[in-house]
Order: sequence, then structure tokens, then C-alpha cells
Amino acid sequence: MFQLGPIGFAAPWLLIALVALPILWILLRAVPPAPIRRRFPGVALLLGLSDNEVQTDRTPWWLLLLRSLAVAAMIIGFAGPVLNPQQTDSGAGPLLIVTDGSWASARDWATRLDRIDAMVATAGRQGRTVAVVSLTDLPADGIAFQSADAVGRTVAGLTPNPWEPSMNDLTAWIAGLEGSFDTNWLSDGLGRDTRADLVTAFQSHGDLRVFETARPVYALSPAEFADGKVTLTALRSLSGVEVELSVAAIGLDPSGIERQLATQPVTFATEAVEASVTFDLPPELRNRVTRFELIGQSTAGAVTLTDDSLKRREVALISGGASREGLELLSPLHYLREALAENADLLELPLGDVIPANPDVIILADVATLSPLESEAITAWVENGGLLVRFAGPRMAAADLSQLEEDPLMPVRLRSGGRSVGGTMSWGAPKTLDTFAATSPFAGLTVPDDVEVTSQVVAQPDPTLAERVIAQLTDGTPLVTRAELGAGQIVLFHVTANAEWSNLPLSGLFVQMLERLAVSTRPSQPTLDDLAGTTWMPERVLNATGTLRDAETLAGVSGERIAEGTVGADLHPGLYSGEDRALAVNVLTQDSTLTPATWPAGITVEGTRDATTTPLKGALLFAALLVLMADIIASLSLSGRLRGARAMLLGLIALGLMPRDGMAQDDSFAIAATSDVVLAYVITGDQAIDDISYAGLYGLSDTLYRRTSIEPANPIGVNIEMDELSFFPLLYWPITPNQPMPSREAYAKLNRYLRSGGMILFDTRDGDVAQYGTSTPEARKLQAIAAGLDIPPIEPIPEDHVLTRTFYLLQDFPGRYNSPEVWVEASPPDAEQIDGMPFRNLNDGVTPVVIGGNDWASAWAMDEAGRRLLPVGRGMAGERQREIAYRFGVNLVMHVLTGNYKSDQVHVPALLDRLGQ
Amino acid sequence: MSDALALRAGAERLAAPLPALLAQAEHLATTVILGDHGRRRAGLGDTFWQYRPAQPHDEARLIDWRRSARSDTAFIQDKEWQIAQSVILWVDRAASMSFTSGDETKAHRASVLALSLAILLLRGGERVGLTGLRLPPKRGEAQALHLAELLAEQSTDDYGSPDTDGMLPHSRALFVSDFMGDIAGVEDAMLRAADRGIGGAILQVLDPQEEAFPFDGRTVFQSMGGSLTHETQKAGDLKERYLERLATRKDRLAHLARVAGWQFHTHHTGQSAASALLWLYGAMERR
Repeated sequence: MFQLGPIGFAAPWLLIALVALPILWILLRAVPPAPIRRRFPGVALLLGLSDNEVQTDRTPWWLLLLRSLAVAAMIIGFAGPVLNPQQTDSGAGPLLIVTDGSWASARDWATRLDRIDAMVATAGRQGRTVAVVSLTDLPADGIAFQSADAVGRTVAGLTPNPWEPSMNDLTAWIAGLEGSFDTNWLSDGLGRDTRADLVTAFQSHGDLRVFETARPVYALSPAEFADGKVTLTALRSLSGVEVELSVAAIGLDPSGIERQLATQPVTFATEAVEASVTFDLPPELRNRVTRFELIGQSTAGAVTLTDDSLKRREVALISGGASREGLELLSPLHYLREALAENADLLELPLGDVIPANPDVIILADVATLSPLESEAITAWVENGGLLVRFAGPRMAAADLSQLEEDPLMPVRLRSGGRSVGGTMSWGAPKTLDTFAATSPFAGLTVPDDVEVTSQVVAQPDPTLAERVIAQLTDGTPLVTRAELGAGQIVLFHVTANAEWSNLPLSGLFVQMLERLAVSTRPSQPTLDDLAGTTWMPERVLNATGTLRDAETLAGVSGERIAEGTVGADLHPGLYSGEDRALAVNVLTQDSTLTPATWPAGITVEGTRDATTTPLKGALLFAALLVLMADIIASLSLSGRLRGARAMLLGLIALGLMPRDGMAQDDSFAIAATSDVVLAYVITGDQAIDDISYAGLYGLSDTLYRRTSIEPANPIGVNIEMDELSFFPLLYWPITPNQPMPSREAYAKLNRYLRSGGMILFDTRDGDVAQYGTSTPEARKLQAIAAGLDIPPIEPIPEDHVLTRTFYLLQDFPGRYNSPEVWVEASPPDAEQIDGMPFRNLNDGVTPVVIGGNDWASAWAMDEAGRRLLPVGRGMAGERQREIAYRFGVNLVMHVLTGNYKSDQVHVPALLDRLGQ
Repeated sequence: MSDALALRAGAERLAAPLPALLAQAEHLATTVILGDHGRRRAGLGDTFWQYRPAQPHDEARLIDWRRSARSDTAFIQDKEWQIAQSVILWVDRAASMSFTSGDETKAHRASVLALSLAILLLRGGERVGLTGLRLPPKRGEAQALHLAELLAEQSTDDYGSPDTDGMLPHSRALFVSDFMGDIAGVEDAMLRAADRGIGGAILQVLDPQEEAFPFDGRTVFQSMGGSLTHETQKAGDLKERYLERLATRKDRLAHLARVAGWQFHTHHTGQSAASALLWLYGAMERR
């Protein structure tokens, strides 16, 4: 292949044609653009006129240049130029391609695969057999060299693993290698102990070429929790440049969606390979964090999972009865607060509010009686895994709680009254604590000598009592008892939570005991002893690119294996759950470091990203085509034939610049609708109905203007599909049998309108025929339309509805027809009890719909001159009916605009009476 | 296709424009209210002019008895003197008239205008004919049909010049053309017409493109018949000089008309035909 710099040519002899360019130049130069032939009668007047400037019959130089460029581009294009043509590797015999396949190579795994593909393809062209091996996933039976075709198909299936090659496996594997082969090693760039052995092994079988990127590998070490802050250390394999990355704390937000809860920048100083970052998160946020991530580094090493160790427990404190103001130190909760505030989140709320917050622990200090509802809720909560801690006290001792039969929320039965020892009026000395039994959760805590108990409640002897006692006094009476209930447990301290009955709350033992009970504990990293003999089930595991997925069928892992700390094929990084806690296993441990790989002298290290071979033929031919296009336009303009095209272009531009009438219209609609109170009607599409609606609302607006302080502007027709509804207090909606159904968007808009306090007056206009439940087409249409609307239960308008007295006192609501069937939102069932005035507070007490068929718009209809448009009834009775119709309209608009104001007025006499007036 | 069929097809194609032309001309003519050519004096005619006392030389049958019965003397009803005018049309049929930049050729517009005027005049009782002795002036609706037939003919010449044969002395004439050809022919015709005391009007029908000259670039201009060609490298440069020459041509025509006591008007095919017809009608009325 002929090569010029980085560009090679597939058919270089074609380039000879470039010599022809100057000839082409001369040839083209002689041919002017062809003239247009035009028939034109005015030619008689043109005879004898000569051109002002004698233009040569030659093509302008720039057009020539353009054409020459096009031809040159074509010639070069057809010569098949290739950027960075692949230099063929020499070599023979089998080729082993080795990739580290560790988490560090996951970041640019696609590039590695491409590179492997290219190597396999090259080997295939050379007729070499190939094997591809990932060091984290070693083939069980040595290496099987296969034809490149067969191997090429399997390359795409290679995946990195979220751990590093294991020393033991490698040693065994190296020993099994035989035969002579060349090796291409795609390294992930991290130094590890296994490298040297491998290099020697590979070199003993043939040539070794190493491919490695110069990009540093970044990783994040596990989070440490100290002083309420989370500290993480970011690591990198190569120093030398100052780099700023971001660390994100990721977890579920309150709506259960995983998102970045916080981000912090972390900056590596120029020479540093470590940088630390501190998150100072509020406890609520910190409890939600499930992992930290180096943003943009999609490797398992750049992710560190958190487990229970970051979490703080929520403890609800509830004391019995009224607190004695000012006596802080005697408050049953004081010592608990002091002991727990350090490392737990305290909730002090009424019991009813605490349960929904689902705290980890509820502490009831001297609470004897619980309402059935409360005790039910607490029982359910405990059964779901809650820890209920109760303290005794005077109230519990006085109550008959759990005396005759065991209360489900008490671990033991109690004797009535409790006992008092070592006091002024009692025999004996105060009792001290016995050492804790080995089975007790308090086992191992040292009991200080000065802890004394003077009073306590006493458990009744029971067959089950012995196993429930976890702490007792020296005389054998239980001090702390515990019982399981469902998934949770109930613990009773037989003394008070303050220093009244004992000085236990004053001692350090109290805090330790609470910690042991997991009330306030922050579980530290389990030690080897803790882990010994346990089995941990993987819940979610990390893959090499740092994404969490379900562990599915992965087998459980022994505690000893976890204690070793290094992840591998038998210990995936991820979240493991044990008996009562979750444990995070991360790729990196606290003391991990990243070092760059070092290679013995004599091995050349090449970059993985080889300059890719790019054929330029297409690009050049495309360029030639573009230049030819430009040439067409230039030639057209030269010969004066571009006029039409130019006009078209101008037209297009003008079209683009046309002002958007629609937008302006929108604004004017909004301004018209909001500058005054405006009554609106729904456009049905039937012109006659719409005209009547307009005239009706015009008449009503006029009446309102003359009689009330409401001064509406002219009504507006509203297209429910297009227009914004929220501007209008009242929508008049006449129903016609053939009006279109509202679209989904229109329904959403209407429902929003109804919920936000709008009112729709549905008028089926069939009050003359639709009585006693007869179903008219309009009524059926209304049912169909209203099915999608958020309409509350409705009832015929009751006699004491606020609509009957918002302005006029009314009992009928006629329009052109006088059907009594007008429906409004139903009063709540218990509304009658409030002074006999049934009103709801929803929607400001405004019924969102009024449904009837009295054809009100026709009765209200009035033209611009104030003439009634349609007759109502006969004679004086008819005019009276029209007057009542207007009054109904006035009441309706008043009701919409003032809400339940009129219904409040009924309380005025009572208020005045109370004020002593 | 048989000979008969071909002949029939050709005849139909030839006849096709006629009714359309007539109808269009009729339609145009109805837009003008008919005037009359009353001489404002007593004479031969149909309309009442005045009553005058009977003179001895008047025949007894001329006495208007109804008027005479109301007085003692006998009266005679004079009619207004009405004479028919002869109007001779010349419409350029040359190839240059078949140019159009839009929908309507100049020839068509010229024919429609001439025919509309002819119909108006015929309705007014005038006699209308064509120059060149092919259609002497006659009255009657049938004359419009003959006119239409002859106006639909095409000439093969590139540019036409007015034909003065068969123009009656003291008649009126209308020349319709684009007057793009040699002006000498027009001058000659005007001179001869003026010699015979003929008054009339010149209507120049032009295409909008001929007024605007919207050309650019290298162009070879050809006359419609192909007899004249002019090549230019930059048509745009010629625009000004072309327009100058066109204006000179118009001036010349206007001057000729003024000298001969004729009317001159330039009409564009892009404009409404009715306005041109109104002008024509007025020009024919004018003495």
C-alpha cells in the first residue's frame, strides 16, 4: 500500500489523474456558462445595444477552482485513501490474548473488546490460532487454541469481574501452560503481586506484548463514620496531575426513587494518590444513603456500599401522664434523652403520631394504660420487628396492668403494687445487680457496685419467667425481662427510667445496657469472632461496572470468608444479610492502595487505543458532491437563472419570520378573561345554542351589573379543548346530544378546574320533558360527559342550601322551564348536626357542579339593547318566572364568588350574644 | 385517424376560441352602460326630439294628431337626428402578440378588448368592420361573429403594422398592437388616416415583463417568430437602456396620436380589461 504520512492509498495509480487537473483547468476555462434562450418581443428594442462591460466568455476563476477541487476530491477519493492504515503484525504460531478482566478494566471494557476483536481478526488473517483468557475467570482446563473465527464469536461474551485475579488460581494455571505461543496482554494498569510470575511464565512460551492505557484508575475506599460525619478516601493509581472528581451519596429519596442525595468534590493534589472527602449529612439523609460513588468512574472499585453502620436508629420516647413542669431531673424521660441523644434520633410525639413514623424503638416510660386503638397499633408495629422498651414506675405499679393475665405488650405478669426495699419505711437494704448470665444480651458488662435498686415492680412467678429474665438483682428478682412478639420484642425494665427507684439511670451501665438492647447502638464492624460460624446471604451484588443487581441464586458465604476481606469469585462485592444485620462487602478495604503496574525492562507497553483505520473514500466523495452542489448554485447564479430559487428562499425566510398570531391571541384571551369578572360558557359547536348561551350570560351579567356589586364584562365562549379554564369562576355548559366528547387533556383540565374551586352549571335544557327520571338524549349525553369528571355525590338541591339565600331568598330555580330537579353536591351525611345547616368546607363550600334542565340561558337571554330574546311562560306569571330565573343566576354567581359566606352569617346572633352585645 | 376526423378535430380546435371570445367580450361589454350617438338636433332617428308647428311643406301623414288635438294648430313630431358611425378596427395578429409571461397573451387581450368594443358599438347601432377590406363595416349582431372569426386568425409575421386599406373617410378607427415593430409603418398609417379625416385611438397592449425587463445573466433574446436575435452577457445591464427605448417608443406614439388628433393609451395584460374597455369607449365617444 502506498502511503503518504498517515494516509495510505488503496489504488495509488489513480492519483496520476491529478496531473490532468491543469488541463481540465484550461478546458473548463474556455467553456462559458450556456446562455438562456428567451423569446421576447421586446428584442426589437434591444437591437444595437451592446454590453457595457465586455465580459470574457470565460468561466470565472473561483468557479474553476471549485470545479477543480471537486474533480481533485473525486480523483483522490477513488484512489481509496485510508487514514492510519493497519500495519500488519508479523508472527506465526498460536496467539494467547490475556486480559486482566478485573474491576479496573471495566471502565473501558468496550475499547478492550474492540482491541481483542482486532487482534483476533489480525491473527485470523495470518492463519494463527487464538485463545482469549480473562485472568479473573480462568479456563478450567488450560488453554484451547482455536481458529480465529471460532474465537471471534466468543469475544463479545467476555465480561470483566468485580474482583482482581487470585494468586492461587494463577499459580496453578501457569503451571498448566504448555507449548509455545505468543502472548498479548491487555493490562488494567494496576500493579499486583501476580504480575511478575505471569510475565516470566508468558515469556518462557514466546513473545509477550503488553497493552495498557496511561489513564489512572480511580477507586473509593469504604466509608468511615466518625463524629456524625462520613469520611471517604478516594484513591488513584497514577499521580502527577491535579484532578477534581465528584463523590455522590446515592440512596432512595422519600418517594422511593434512587437518586444522588448529595455530592462532594474531591481533589487530588498533584503528587497525591489519595484524597479524602467528608460528607456532613443530616441523619435523615444519611440513613438513606446506600452507596457512595465516584461520578464518571463506572467501575466496581469506584463504588463503596454502606451498611447498617451509617444508620442511626429512630427512638420514640413517650412518658406517661402529665409532666411536672420545671422538674426536669425528675422527668421519666430525662435520663433516656441524655443517654440516647448522642447516637439516636429521638422522636417525642404523641403515641398516635409516632406509629406512622415507624421508629425503630418505642420507649414507654411508666405508661400503664393504652387505648385499645393504640395497643392494637403498637402490637402490629412490634410484630413487624419493632422493639418496645417499657419502664416501670408509680403509675404502672398502681395500675392492674398485666396482673391477672399477661398483657400482650408486657413480657411478664406483674404482682400488684410492686415492692420497696431499703427505704426509710421498709426493711432491708437496697438491692444491687447480679452479674449478667451468659445467655443475657448484657453478658460481659461489668456491674458497678454502687448501682442500687430501692423500688421495683415484681414479676409473678411463671413457668416462662426464667427464660425471659435478662437481668436480675442479687436476690434473684427480675430487673429486666424480655419477650418476643412476632418479629419484634418487648423489654421491661422493672425500675423507673429516672433516678426515683434506683440509681441505675445515673450509671454508665444504663447506657451500655441500652446499647446492648440495640436501642441506641451503632453496630461497629463485626470482628472475626462475631463472624465465625455465621453464614451470610448475598442480597445485592456489584458487577464490575459498579452497578448493583440482585444476587439471585448466589450461594451464602461463611463469616470467615467475609472476614478475609478480599473479594473474589466466591465472595462477590455486595450487600450481605446475616441474622440481624446487613453487611457491605466492598472491592476495596480500608487499607487498600492502588499502585501502577510495573513491567520488567524489555517489554514494550503499547496503548490499548490504537489509532483506528479510517477509510476516507466516502468522506472525500461526499465533499466532491458538496462542491458540485455549490457549483450548480454558482453556475445558476452566474447565468441569471437563480431568480426563482432566490425568490423561493426569500419566501421561506419570510414564512419563518411571520409573527405567531396564535401566541398573541392566547395572551389577548387571557387578558380579556382576567381583567374583569367574566362569565363563560362552553362552546358546543351548535351556533344557535352558543348564541343563546352568550345572550343568556350577557343578560345575567347585565342584571348582576345593575343589581349587585359584581360588575362582569361581556361573557366569553370557551373551547374546553384549547382554552385555559382557570380564569372563570363559572362555566355555563349547555348539553346538546351531538356535541363532541372532551378529550383526555380536556378532562384533566376540567377536573383541575373543578378541584380548584371552579363551578360548572350543566344545563340539559330539557326541563319541559325530562321529569320523573325520564331519560332524554341530553341527559344521556350529560351522563357520558360527566363520567370522566371528578364530580362528588350529588343530591337534589335541599331547602336549606346556601344557594337559596346567597343574595335573594329563593326556593325555586326556574329558567325557561320550572322543573324542581336541580342537583348540587350532596351534603355530608353528618352535616345536619351543625346547627341544622348542612355545609361542607370542601371547595370553600361551593358546590362544584349545578345540574339541571331548566334552560336558564334562554330565560336570561338579552340582546345588546336589553330586549328579552325568548318568551318565558305566559303573561305576568311568565315575567315573574323570568325574574326568579335572574334571581337564581344572581344567587349562583354570588355563591361562586363568595363561597359559604352566607352560611356563616347564621352564626352571627350567637357570636354577638357571646360578646355580650 | 381518418381525414374526416382530422378535419373535424382541426375545425373544432379552430372554432373553440370563438364562442369563448364572444362570450368574454359580451361579458365585458355589459359592464359599460350604453350611450347613444344622438346629434342633438332634429333629423332621422327613432327618439323624440321636439314638436314643431306643421309647415306647409310637411306631409299630412307626418302630423302628430294626438298633440295637435290639444290645440288649434297642427304639430309635427321631430325625431332626433341619428346617424350611424363607421368604426374600423385593426388588431395586430403578428407573432409578437402571442407573447405572455402569465396566463393571457397580448393577442387574446387585444382581441377581447377589440371585440368588446365592437359589440358595444354594434349595440349602439354603429357599423363596425376591420381594415384590409376583409370585413367592411356593417351593423348587426352577426357582424360580431364575423369579427370574432377574423380576430382569431394568426399572422406569421414577427411584428405587424397597421393596414389602412378600406378605411372610410371621416370614420373612426382603433389600432390595437404592442407597437414593438418598426414605427415607420405606424407613422405611415397614421398619416394616411389623418389625411382622410379619420379620428380614433391607439391602444398599446404590453405584457408586464415587457415593461419590467426582469432578466439577468447571459441571454439570447429571440423575437417570437425567430427573425430577430440579440445576445447579451449581462441582460441586467440592458434593463435601463431597454426601458429608455420603450419610453421613447411610447412618447413617439403619443406624439403621433396627438398630432393626428387621436387618443393613445398603454394597457398591460396584467391589468383589468374592463378599465381598458372603458377608456376605449370614452375614446370612441370623443370627437
